[in-house]
Amino acid sequence: MAGKMTLSDLNKTLSEMNVQSLEGVKIEGDIEIELDAGAGGVGPLFAYYFGQEAAKIAMQLINFAKAVGYPVDALMQPVAVAQAVAPAPAGMVAAAAAAEPAFKVAAQLASAKFSVGTDKTWKLPIQEVTVGATKADGGSRGVVRKLGGEKAMAFFPDAPMPNAPKITMDVFDMPIGMAKAVKMHYEDVMGSPAEWAKKAVNKFGADLVTIHLISTDPLLKDTPPQEAVKVVEDVLQAVDVPICIGGSGNPDKDPILLAKAAEAAQGERALIASANLNMDWEMIGKACKDNGHVCLAWTQLEINSQKELNRKLMKVVGLPRESIVMDPTTAALAYGLDFAYTNMERIRLGALKGDDELTFPMSSGTTNAWGVREAWMVRSPNKEDSDWGDRMLRGPIWEIMTGFTLAMAGVDIFMMMHPMAVSYVHEITQSLMGLIEAKTPDTTGWLKMGV
Amino acid sequence: MKETSPLNLYKQLPQTNCQKCGETTCMAFASGLIARSKKIEECPPLVEEKKYAKKLAALKSIIAPELKMVYIGVGDKQLKVGGEDVMYRHQMTFFNKPPFAYDVTDNMEEAKLVERVKKVSTWKKFYIGKWERVEMIAVRSVTDDPAKFAACVKKVMENTDYPLILCSFNPAVLKAGLEVAGKARPLIYAANKDNWKEVAQLANDYKVPVTLSVPFDLDGLKSMAVTFAEMGLTDLILDPGTAPNGKMLQQTLLNFINLRRAAVEEAQRDIAYPVIALPINAWMTTDDPVRAAYWESVLTAAFTIRGAAIMVKHSVEAHSMMPDMHLRFNIYTDPRTPVQVKPGLYKVGNPGAESPVFVTTNFALTYYTVESDIASNGIDAYILSINTDGIGVQASVAGGQLTPVKIKDSMDETGFDWAGQKSAGLVLPGMAAKFSGELEDLFAGKAKIMVGPEDSGRISDWMKSFWPPK
Repeated sequence: MAGKMTLSDLNKTLSEMNVQSLEGVKIEGDIEIELDAGAGGVGPLFAYYFGQEAAKIAMQLINFAKAVGYPVDALMQPVAVAQAVAPAPAGMVAAAAAAEPAFKVAAQLASAKFSVGTDKTWKLPIQEVTVGATKADGGSRGVVRKLGGEKAMAFFPDAPMPNAPKITMDVFDMPIGMAKAVKMHYEDVMGSPAEWAKKAVNKFGADLVTIHLISTDPLLKDTPPQEAVKVVEDVLQAVDVPICIGGSGNPDKDPILLAKAAEAAQGERALIASANLNMDWEMIGKACKDNGHVCLAWTQLEINSQKELNRKLMKVVGLPRESIVMDPTTAALAYGLDFAYTNMERIRLGALKGDDELTFPMSSGTTNAWGVREAWMVRSPNKEDSDWGDRMLRGPIWEIMTGFTLAMAGVDIFMMMHPMAVSYVHEITQSLMGLIEAKTPDTTGWLKMGV
Repeated sequence: MKETSPLNLYKQLPQTNCQKCGETTCMAFASGLIARSKKIEECPPLVEEKKYAKKLAALKSIIAPELKMVYIGVGDKQLKVGGEDVMYRHQMTFFNKPPFAYDVTDNMEEAKLVERVKKVSTWKKFYIGKWERVEMIAVRSVTDDPAKFAACVKKVMENTDYPLILCSFNPAVLKAGLEVAGKARPLIYAANKDNWKEVAQLANDYKVPVTLSVPFDLDGLKSMAVTFAEMGLTDLILDPGTAPNGKMLQQTLLNFINLRRAAVEEAQRDIAYPVIALPINAWMTTDDPVRAAYWESVLTAAFTIRGAAIMVKHSVEAHSMMPDMHLRFNIYTDPRTPVQVKPGLYKVGNPGAESPVFVTTNFALTYYTVESDIASNGIDAYILSINTDGIGVQASVAGGQLTPVKIKDSMDETGFDWAGQKSAGLVLPGMAAKFSGELEDLFAGKAKIMVGPEDSGRISDWMKSFWPPK
């Protein structure tokens, strides 16, 4: 054995000997015990038990000494040791309890005022964009729809929203496959885009309609652009709300198609959907500029691409600011909604804080919600899932939640399909703007309600 | 604020010892910030001079206060409520997803009560490699009868170990519930302007967290929070009122936003407590159960996104629970962590010489969905997870992160022995069908290239029709 043994050596030796009760007690170097004399000071009871802990350590040291052969017993009075680790005498406990400050209910409520500021970092407003043109402005629409114009995050207290979010309902130029819950509403008009558009506006309350010219897709009917755009004229005749015109998503054909469609709808200030960095955005942007339309700038969940495309449309094409709307991509509930939500929220915050390449209204392809299996599958493919219930009820709420969540991130116009989803997204967004009167029940009534 | 050393705050100060803040040195001011006796705004140069803008921003982020975290329940089901640091999720992340407490009442028939408790506490749904579940039960006293409430709480506890919210404004009822459940650290709902003295006493006696309910009066709510804190009761949940409709609904959201702002952006510690939302109130606006359930989900979404720390809910239908759970999951996913799995070859079940190889991406949502669709249907298979930078199939096919060459190279890297396969089939996702021709050339007959379904939920049916390859 070394001539000198430090306390940490002792600690180590003890742990090697499986002295369990010393675990958690670490002795290093000079022993220095600090008592935190914080709020209540050191009460007598604490001191008592601290003393007891010290005694326990002493006991361990004694045992250790015994183990290495030191004649401890002869020097110790066992009774005294036993006493040292006994519970505190009852009188002492009572005295300690009495010394503790007792809980005392306040005599009356304090009188405090709540106040909070607004966000001073928000400098730029969002561009207000008008879709649709009446006769006075060279079009033929009965109404126009104004998008954007916000000076704060959606539904925030900092500034009122000048325009309620708008909904454009999807119309396709050929029958397409859709979820059962959606299809039932359109079966009677599936063959006629004009009738379809009328139903969307007159029956389902669409603010605008989008005519998707998907039959032009080379993998579907490959309808020539010249022929496809006739449907645009039909729809313009059928309804007097502003319209959006969509392509098939084919990057080679869409620029040609959308340019033709822009000509066909000249002066109507339609929303042309859409220009993308992967296609001839210049052609589409130019067609919008030349024919007085609004260009939808679509990027895929990437804020810098969105800035780049907006910049190109402004600087290269020369599109005025009031003719750009952004579609930063809608990933639906459960299928990446977190990315879509945060991408849009960041775009909107960036715009408000002064990034003028992002100060445009936003659009959401909310119909994407119907691609999520939870929206349309009869039952869960996972056998251990709890029952998925009725898909006819699951689908519409999936579209509602996808749309409304993105409304909170700042979306100004939604492309939607299910009539019930349209009605709920209208109602909740307008409610949060204070536009809907209703008798509010006693908000504590739920405690005893009979449901 | 997690920072405890004044030195780290001092680094972000002007370090000029100008004394404009009233302290003799910047170090003393830094100590004041730690102790919260000083505010950043009391250092004029820092706030006013542009050259300190970076330091100001850094300092603000260091001392950003936390919303108080309150623990409800005990043991492994214990919940953390609140504890948030940011206004928007991309600023860092939201930490503690708001527990959903589904209601039961003390006037339910026993069989129905037990059935509902069991349904709620066994509910689960698989999502991105995890099981989503409910967290709490809210027991409402409809009868206002302490004995009936106590009996109900007892019955609930016999059937679940989920933490509880005991709901009544009657202190005698709450006390009866606490006699039964007090040791399990339930949340009590609630103290209000009439009963707060008795409820404060209960919160102290049973050492439980307590809700302060002062609807649509933030001055009153703050006053009560300050009063409770002065009594030493700081495990508080705030109920600023949840109006389910009309202009009051707008006011509700504004209150939530303002409370969160006060807590995380303005460091108002005396109001920085978790907030409770009551989407259940949708049920007081209509008799139509679908309308009520839909509206409850809409309210749930609003308050999940804008700062509720805990919620009381009613509809246990699939068309309510599924969207609400998914929305909460999406909003509370940590945006700093990429949701990816490691690329490579995975085994599901016990695949062998007659098992297919399914191709998918390394986007966690996609991978786990495919895996669960295969596993839960008892299929033995391999999954080749390809590094698409965490992008899903459809987007990566469009964006070029998933290509035939990449599939071939990824397969080769695994060293998979195609020669040993009796049924050598590589199954593409339906969304990548267009790669099949090129892949056939690349694999040159080593494996048959097959096109699977567009949604992996249909793999089971697909197997029946197309596997093994002819």
